Amino acid sequence: MEIFGIPHQAFLGQLLLGLVNGAFYAMLSLGLAVIFGLLGIVNFAHGALYMLGAFAAWIMLDKFGINYWFALVLAPLTVGLLGVVIERLFLKHLYKLDPLYGMLLTFGLVLIAEGIFRELYGVSGQSYPVPELLSGATNLGFMVLPNYRAWVVLASLVVCLGTWYLIERTRLGAYLRAGTENAALVQAFGINVPMMVMLTYGAGAALAALAGVLAAPIIQVNPLMGSNLIIVVFAVVVIGGMGSIMGSILTGLGLGIVEGLTRVFYPEASNIVVFVIMVIVLMIRPAGLFGKEA
Amino acid sequence: MNKANKVVAVTYFVLLVLALLAPLLGLYPVFLMKLLCFAIFAAAFNLLLGFTGLLSFGHAAFFGSAAYVTGWFIKSQGWTPELGIAAGVVASGLIGLVIGAVAIRRQGIYFAMITMALAQIVYFVCLQAPFTGGEDGLQGVPRGALFGLLSLESDTAMYYLVVAVFVACFLAISRIVHSPFGQVLKMIRENEPRTISLGYQVDRYKLLAFVLSAALTGLAGSLKTLVMGFATLSDVHWSMSGEVILMTLLGGVGTFFGPVFGSGLVISLQNLLADKVGSWVTVIIGVIFVLCVLAFRKGVVGELQAYLERRRRATAAPEG
Repeated sequence: MEIFGIPHQAFLGQLLLGLVNGAFYAMLSLGLAVIFGLLGIVNFAHGALYMLGAFAAWIMLDKFGINYWFALVLAPLTVGLLGVVIERLFLKHLYKLDPLYGMLLTFGLVLIAEGIFRELYGVSGQSYPVPELLSGATNLGFMVLPNYRAWVVLASLVVCLGTWYLIERTRLGAYLRAGTENAALVQAFGINVPMMVMLTYGAGAALAALAGVLAAPIIQVNPLMGSNLIIVVFAVVVIGGMGSIMGSILTGLGLGIVEGLTRVFYPEASNIVVFVIMVIVLMIRPAGLFGKEA
Repeated sequence: MNKANKVVAVTYFVLLVLALLAPLLGLYPVFLMKLLCFAIFAAAFNLLLGFTGLLSFGHAAFFGSAAYVTGWFIKSQGWTPELGIAAGVVASGLIGLVIGAVAIRRQGIYFAMITMALAQIVYFVCLQAPFTGGEDGLQGVPRGALFGLLSLESDTAMYYLVVAVFVACFLAISRIVHSPFGQVLKMIRENEPRTISLGYQVDRYKLLAFVLSAALTGLAGSLKTLVMGFATLSDVHWSMSGEVILMTLLGGVGTFFGPVFGSGLVISLQNLLADKVGSWVTVIIGVIFVLCVLAFRKGVVGELQAYLERRRRATAAPEG
C-alpha cells in the first residue's frame, strides 16, 4: 500500500516521529509561555534545562543504577530545584528591567551549561536504553508501532493537558493567571507572589527536564540537544503566540506533524519548514495564530 | 570644542597612531586583523541595538553569509578581493532586507526570536548548499591582489587594508548616528509610539537601519574570510550571534567605542584561553554574560562615561 507514492509504513513512521517531536515542542513552548506570562522572561535556558533533564536521567542510570521510571520523577525534581535556585540567584533581580535582559542572562546560562557538559562528556552523545517494559513494537495491522514512541506521545499529551487543566481550571491556576494580569494586586490580596513566581519557574524547568527524560531513549543524549531544539521552539512560540496554553499545545503538535510530513516529501527542507511557516504566519497574522496583542 | 570632546579626539588620535604602529611593535598581525574584523562586526551590531533599540539574535547570518559569498567568488570564480568583498556586502545587505522586513513586524523579545529563527534558515542553507563545502566550509581562500595590483599576501599589506576599512566603517557609523536619520532612530529607541504620532514611517527607518547594520556586518565577515582564508559553519552559527551581543554589551551598548573595546576583550580572552582550557572558554564567556547582565549593564565604556559625567556634575555643581 502506498500513500502519495510513498510506502505507507515509511509515511506513518515519519508521521509518528513528527508527532513525537511535536509533543516535545508542545511541552517546551508550554513552559516557555507560562514562564513568560508570569515572570516576563524569555527563558533561553529552556533548551538547556531539557538537556539537563536528559543528562540527569542518563547519569542516574549510569552512575547509580536508577532506572527509567524513577528517573522520570527524580530528574525533573532535580532540575526543578536547580530552576528554583536560578530564579532566586539571578532572575529575580531582572523583573523590573526590559525582558531582553532576561533573555540575555538565560543565554549566558545556556553557554555555561553547554560548556560544562561538553567538557565532561564531549559532543558525540550517550545512548540511553529504552526501558524494558516499553521496548519492542506492536503490530497494529496497518503499521508497526514502536511502543516507546507511542508512550512518549501519550505521556506528553497527558502532561500537557494536565498543565492546561491546572492553569485554566483550578484555584492555583486562577492565582497564577491573576498574577500574570496584575502581580501587585494579587499580592495585596495576601498571596505570596514571589513564592509563586519561584515555584512557577521551578515547575517550568521540571517540565522541560521531563521532556528531556522522555527524549533520552529516542535521541542521543548530548550537550547540544537543547540549543538545537530551543530555536525551533522559539519559532513555534512566534507562530502560536504566547497568549494561550491550549494554543501552545496545538501549535507544537501541529508543527511537529508538518515537519514529519516534510521529511517524507522533501527531506532537505525538513530542518527549515517550521521557520518558513513562521515567516508566512508573520506575513498574514503578525500576532501569531493564538496571540492576543497586536 | 569643549574639554570632554578634546579628550575624546586625543584618545582617538592616539588609538589610530597605535593601530598604525602596531605591526612594528611586534604584535601578531593576524590576531590584530581578526580583532578589527570583530570590532567592525560589533560596531555594526551596535548601530541596531544601541542606536535603534532593536536586539537582533541573528547577526551571524549576515556575518557568515558574506564570509561564504566572498570566499566562493574569490576562490571558485577568481574574483579580485575588492569585488569579492563587494559581493559579500551586497549579499548580506539583501539577506538583511528580507530578514529585516519580516522581523520588524514584531517588537522586543519577538523581534529577537524571529531574527534568530530566520538566521537558522541561513545556517541550514550554508550547511546543505552545494557550494559551501558542508561541514568543512570553504578552506584556502587566497587573498589575491587588491584591484589586481596590490598583493595582499603579506600580512602587513592586509593589515593596513583592514585598518583603513575599520576607520571608514567607524566614521560611517558615526556619520549615520549623528545624521537626522540617526536622530530619528534614537527617537524610535526612546519612544516608538511617540515617533509614530509625530508622523514618521517608523518601519522604514527600522528597516533601513537593519539593512545598514546587516551590510556593515557583511563587510566584517567578508574581511574576515580574506584575512583568515576560510569561511566555516561557526561563522553562521547562532553562537556567533550571541558572541557579538556579548562584545557589545561588555563594551557598552549605545556608545561608540564600547563595541570595539568589547570585541577586543572577548577575542583576546578567546585567544588567550583557547589552547589552555578547551570548552571552559564557553563557560567563562557565559559567566561574563551573566555578570554583565546582573551588575554591569552599561558595559565598560558606558560605566566610564557615567562616572565621568557624575564627576563633571559634582565639580560643576558648587559654581552653579
